[in-house]
Amino acid sequence: MSQHDHDHDDDHHGHDHGESSHLSPMDLRVKALETILVEKGYVDPAALDAIVEAYETRIGPHIGAGIVARAWTDPVFKAALLEDANTAIAGLGGPDRVGDHLVVVENTPATHNMVVCTLCSCYPWDVLGLPPTWYKSAPYRSRAVKDPRGVLADFGVSLPAATSIRVWDSTAETRFMVLPMRPAGTDGWDQGKLAALVTRDCMVGTGLPKRAEEAQP
Amino acid sequence: MNGIHDMGGMDGFGKVVAEPDEPPFHQAWEGRVLAMNRAMQATKEWNIDVGRYWIERLPAHFYLASTYYERWFERLENLCVARGLVSRAEIAAGASAAPGRALKARAAAAADVERLLQRGSFGRPAPAPARFEVGAAVRARNIHPSSHTRLPRYVRGHAGTIERVHGCHVFPDAVVGRGAEDPQWLYTVRFSGRELWGEEADPTLSVSVDAWESYLLPAGEAPT
Repeated sequence: MSQHDHDHDDDHHGHDHGESSHLSPMDLRVKALETILVEKGYVDPAALDAIVEAYETRIGPHIGAGIVARAWTDPVFKAALLEDANTAIAGLGGPDRVGDHLVVVENTPATHNMVVCTLCSCYPWDVLGLPPTWYKSAPYRSRAVKDPRGVLADFGVSLPAATSIRVWDSTAETRFMVLPMRPAGTDGWDQGKLAALVTRDCMVGTGLPKRAEEAQP
Repeated sequence: MNGIHDMGGMDGFGKVVAEPDEPPFHQAWEGRVLAMNRAMQATKEWNIDVGRYWIERLPAHFYLASTYYERWFERLENLCVARGLVSRAEIAAGASAAPGRALKARAAAAADVERLLQRGSFGRPAPAPARFEVGAAVRARNIHPSSHTRLPRYVRGHAGTIERVHGCHVFPDAVVGRGAEDPQWLYTVRFSGRELWGEEADPTLSVSVDAWESYLLPAGEAPT
């Protein structure tokens, strides 16, 4: 690629402030392919910008956290969510319509759920955003189905020996989200305050919600 | 295929290491790779199943040594070449040498992105009644197709229980192998940890996969 192309692309994307002089090999290869796909009319750079922007700013675990908080405060919604998550969420009428085939599974004192995709990295993007690197990593994908308590220990989580562990391997287009248990000491909290306790990891099953005393003031 | 991607139950990869406050993308190019993959899928030159298969087909040593978005990039280049959309010479030159060919569906515009990011439905009308009902005892078949499959090795030959029936879904093995959707009933099948991993396994563990009907046999039949 010519220096002209670098300058053009940097102007266009605006993220690489002052770094055009040390682009990595992957920067160069990706820019080259994008240039070709755009020149041939296969992709529109404005569409690419909009896709990146959506995952950087709009689609993330706050969506799932809102769903969990609603389920913690609204028994009718919770029952509907566990019965048919897509229909229940569509009924919220907000902007957070999710794609088909979402299944929400409930943690209880007797059962802890954990979600994995051993074959690739299937993840409920609509409600949790992009998967974190660890979710896509070989250590997680290999061990979650065989040694989930060991994986939980890597996350600093220890569950009672009597709690059953249930692992959901996402081998089809079904997507799973965990409904964690509502933390003690949160009686009377509104949904916004509760949602702030709901971490991404607790909706995958590798973590627990924050405790009430960990809430941001 | 019995590829490196089929990682369930393997040992030797070490601890899971989480990065605090991980950003959506670590490098700007990762976002471009994700966006290009999504935008090219909108042209219907290939679909999600074919895309997965082309990740699985990457050489095992590359798969293990590369990052998620490096694999996505390699898959994208390879599929663009295989579909006659881009030539290797153009990739080497970093520039287009000829106009693009007609696409199966027009390129996505910014206004299409909201719709494009919505997951579609993989459910299809049922060609026949479901063979299994909730609670049925089944066994995963012992199959080793050389093409794409979504039946992981670690459940093959093992006995489990039907826990959910998801309706009829597009069958990925057929999409990749025959270019046909051939919808089949899809089930959540639950296995005990000890059935999968032996008597040393955590007695409280159970694991489920989502399995298409042709992956399963009634528990009484010998595994084939």
